[in-house]
Amino acid sequence: MAFPEPRPQAPELPQKLLKTLDCGQGAVRAVRFNVDGNYCLTCGSDKTLKLWNPLRGTLLRTYSGHGYEVLDAASSIDNSSLCSGGGDKTVVLWDVASGQVVRKFRGHAGKVNTVQFNEEATVILSGSIDSSIRCWDCRSRKPEPVQKLEEARDGISSVKVSDHEILAGSVDGRVRRYDLRMGQLFSDYIGSPITCTCFSRDGQCTLVSSLDSTLRLLDKDTGELLGEYTGHKNQQYKLDCCLNERDTHVISCSENGKVFFWDLVEGALVLALPVGSSVVQSLAYHPTEPCLLTAMGGSIQCWREEKEGGAG
Amino acid sequence: MDEEDLSEFGIAPKAIVTTDDFASKTKDRLQEKARQLAAAAAPIPGAMLLDDLITPAKLSVGFELLRKMGWKEGQGVGPRVKRRPRRQKPDPGVKIYGCALPPRGSEGSEDEDDDYLPDNVTFAPKDVTPVDFTPKDNVHGLAYKGLDPHQALFGTPGEHLNFLGGGSEGASNLLGNVGLSKGRKLGISGQAFGVGALEEEDDDIYATETLSKYDTVLKDEEPGDGLYGWTAPRQYRNQKEPERDLRYIGKILDGFSLASKPLSSKKLYPPPQLPRDYRPVHYFRPVVPATSENSHLLQVLSESSGKAGQDPGTYSRHQLNASKRGQLLGETPIQGSATSVLEFLSQKDRERIKEMKQVSDLKAAQAKARSLAQNAASSRLQSSTPDLGHCSQHPTLGSWSAATRASNFKPFAKDPEKQRRYEEFLAHMKEGQKDALERCLDPSMTEWERGREREEFARAAQLYVSSHVTLSSRFTHAKEEDDSDQVEVPRDQENDINDKQSAVKMKMFGKLTRDTFEWHPDKLLCKRFNVPDPYPGSTLVGLPRVKRDKYSVFNFLTLPEPTSLPTKPVSSEKGQQQHGSDKSRKLSRWDTSKLERKEDSISEFLSLARSKVGPPKQESSPLVNKEEERVPESLSDKTVDKGAASQPEGEGSRPSMDLFKAIFASSSDGKSSSSEEEQDDSENDQEGTEEANFQSSQEVAMVESAVTHTAEPVPCEPAAPFPIQKIQIDEREEFGPRLPPVFCPNTRQKLETPQREKHKKNKEKHKMKKEHRRKREKKKKHKKHKHKSKQKNKKPEKSSSESSDSSDSRSDEEETADLSPRELLRRLKCFPLRKQ
Repeated sequence: MAFPEPRPQAPELPQKLLKTLDCGQGAVRAVRFNVDGNYCLTCGSDKTLKLWNPLRGTLLRTYSGHGYEVLDAASSIDNSSLCSGGGDKTVVLWDVASGQVVRKFRGHAGKVNTVQFNEEATVILSGSIDSSIRCWDCRSRKPEPVQKLEEARDGISSVKVSDHEILAGSVDGRVRRYDLRMGQLFSDYIGSPITCTCFSRDGQCTLVSSLDSTLRLLDKDTGELLGEYTGHKNQQYKLDCCLNERDTHVISCSENGKVFFWDLVEGALVLALPVGSSVVQSLAYHPTEPCLLTAMGGSIQCWREEKEGGAG
Repeated sequence: MDEEDLSEFGIAPKAIVTTDDFASKTKDRLQEKARQLAAAAAPIPGAMLLDDLITPAKLSVGFELLRKMGWKEGQGVGPRVKRRPRRQKPDPGVKIYGCALPPRGSEGSEDEDDDYLPDNVTFAPKDVTPVDFTPKDNVHGLAYKGLDPHQALFGTPGEHLNFLGGGSEGASNLLGNVGLSKGRKLGISGQAFGVGALEEEDDDIYATETLSKYDTVLKDEEPGDGLYGWTAPRQYRNQKEPERDLRYIGKILDGFSLASKPLSSKKLYPPPQLPRDYRPVHYFRPVVPATSENSHLLQVLSESSGKAGQDPGTYSRHQLNASKRGQLLGETPIQGSATSVLEFLSQKDRERIKEMKQVSDLKAAQAKARSLAQNAASSRLQSSTPDLGHCSQHPTLGSWSAATRASNFKPFAKDPEKQRRYEEFLAHMKEGQKDALERCLDPSMTEWERGREREEFARAAQLYVSSHVTLSSRFTHAKEEDDSDQVEVPRDQENDINDKQSAVKMKMFGKLTRDTFEWHPDKLLCKRFNVPDPYPGSTLVGLPRVKRDKYSVFNFLTLPEPTSLPTKPVSSEKGQQQHGSDKSRKLSRWDTSKLERKEDSISEFLSLARSKVGPPKQESSPLVNKEEERVPESLSDKTVDKGAASQPEGEGSRPSMDLFKAIFASSSDGKSSSSEEEQDDSENDQEGTEEANFQSSQEVAMVESAVTHTAEPVPCEPAAPFPIQKIQIDEREEFGPRLPPVFCPNTRQKLETPQREKHKKNKEKHKMKKEHRRKREKKKKHKKHKHKSKQKNKKPEKSSSESSDSSDSRSDEEETADLSPRELLRRLKCFPLRKQ
């Protein structure tokens, strides 16, 4: 006799402040989890990139070598290397263990807003305000990018990569998805400058936040609007958004010092997590657990679910 | 288990020892042999045994280094070689006199095997026995060898050695050890006893008995009568070779064989006999082209040289060609093709050229005179050897333009027929045809005439070049053509925004807002992503592109973008009363400061005009930064999408107004009243759309920041530095959404972002900052402004949903409105620039 399927439990939202870390590197421009969520990277406006254990609050290593503030970073799938981009128009590939610069990719005409590794960490994709995305090859020693994606008419604010797709949000109000497998470019017009885009974890949808204080969930294949999430404030800054680990909630930074949680399906505001008084600049969600990192000013906060380790 | 078992040779040895593979003692045969030989020669026969027993515990540094470099014991040192290393063969005991025979017999088969090896396989070189440089420490003669103790004492040295060397030696002895084979004669031999004068040391045939002497492979019968087969006596087997080699004395290199045919010897011709009166110094006759200026000189020269030259009066028999003779006889010249390049030109052009010619002739004459003096010697040197000369001239000739050449240099003006041919020649030259001369010469001329004319042409052309080059060397060709009429544009364009904006407004995402293009990823990118190349055959990367006309009428006759339409009238309307503010309305935060821009209004106008005024810009004042991006967008949108057909009708009539406005808005105070009405109209509906647009269109963001520049009214002296500061900030303006401000009091970059959002809600942060007091004062003032403006800010059509700061800015903008930008600029200029 078969037991009925247990009802899926309502996901816990990370609302308990676990730790606040003062990063001591100026403003934290971005905070990013590594692939397995055990470590995090903070990008400072004092030209450094720092690797932390956010749960313990220990600083593991500082990577310095950028010539201007660091704007985004990503870690490779094998945790052996990092990449970062910054205001010095370069993309830097780091060796995690030694803290050395492995390679510096120069070529962007403006500061690099966003960097991503591809799935195997063989290519770095960087989006810059020079309205191009460049694909840098980590394997060869070529100084030129493998390919430049110059379809955007304005700066690139966000780039995300799946196994065969490149998703890019641009200030020209379009989200472009380059499908390498099909050899096609899908361009969705949103209208307002895009601040952040991301894939849902199931890879079926894209979440787009724009400067009209709205997040939109689009069907990846058709571009149809699946949901719209408002209530937060995002009118001038490049703020992050993401989905939680189970794709049940949509999360976004806000300019009024809160992090907003919406139910993905209903679109209702579930939680407005007060972080502080100023702008929540960046956030990162743990890949598997309800754990959230937020960055405000010069510090980052680590949030966990209410009942940690409990039955729920 | 007792101690023995645990010892090195026990069943469970405890000590870790190097296995045989890695032990340094692996014996290599060569060394072994060398040692044995040395041992055999040594006075005490068993001495080498000690060497074996006492081996160094550690390898020498040299060994280790070599090993690290990839060397293995048993290999030689040096670059890897193509051929497979020969099997270590013992020296044949036979002494061969004369040249060595090419390897034959059983070795031959091995060599053939080598041939099947691929070329890219290399082998380590074979090891060489080190030369033993033992110092001579005795008083014997050179190469003196004492009595061999083995032979003297034992007679069968091989056994003795085997006894000493142990069992491992057995195999190598069997294969290789020459001097130790058994069948040696007993008795005393050796040089100590000398060889008798009549005695001959004969070959020891048994000494060569090794395995390698035998065939190990089955193979074809020997060619020949097959009487003996492979067991044939050596003399018989190698019969043919000696014959062949007889003719050639010397070493035949590996891989070479003697030629079967002798080389045909070169035929030598004796040098020509010089005439008796030959003087080895050449006198160059000065050559002057026949032009009007120097005809006198020419005449004098030609007379002095005893030649009639080109003086028409004194035609020699040889200088008459067919047409000239015809002329003399009174025949009418045959009507052929146009005689001169000039014929092809229009009347007007010809006149112009003539005028130019007159002017340039004067100059050219002077220049020519000068350059002639310089170049005459060298050019004549070359032209005196006509064949060489005209070959070398080809490249240089190619670069001039035919028109100027025709107009101002006519070396053969007196002979139109010849001049025509000359010009033809030049034209051919210019086209880079090799046979230029042959083609343009009169086919009816004799060979001698042709030769002469060829020489003349070449010389004339070169003379001209020399003067021409001095002039043209000052100029360079344009590196890139800027006037090419075609531009590359993506084949597919994201079609226009209007529909999309309305679709977005209605939240009808999907088909309406989506564009799909063919996109070609780079091959390498596909590889890196582990994705098969979607377009395996194509070399294209990115979006497919096509060539379009750059300057097309349709670039001008484009439909307006509704986004621009509404905003435009607003700006112009405002411009009526408040002149300056219209610009600020649609400025983007991505622009450089407006004030800055005003200074180069001309260049802005130019750039606008140049870019064909693609969109009647929302930003009536051009976006210095954005423009390049914008223009192509609008351009392509129009040209490509709408195509030629749809242009004229429909909205095609509208743009003219906007277009002109876009161009002239910044400078015009007075708008025509007629346009004002329709502007008002459009404004009304604009306000509606604006609200939505405002949220959705990308210009929204621009407004805020733009406003921040103009929002500072700069009313009085103390506030003055403020806008200046702003401008400086804006110069390194960012694109796209800003980064959030920095709050940490200790951050280094005070200037970065925070200042830019002065009148943003977060005022506290400024206090936190380590700013100067002056700045704080400013801030207070600023706040006052804000309050004022908030009261004013009751524009009905502004929806409350709009961001507070945009409404702020709007009101600010109104406040500053009565200051003309010029005034603003003027004030700005008066203030001393202070450090930020």
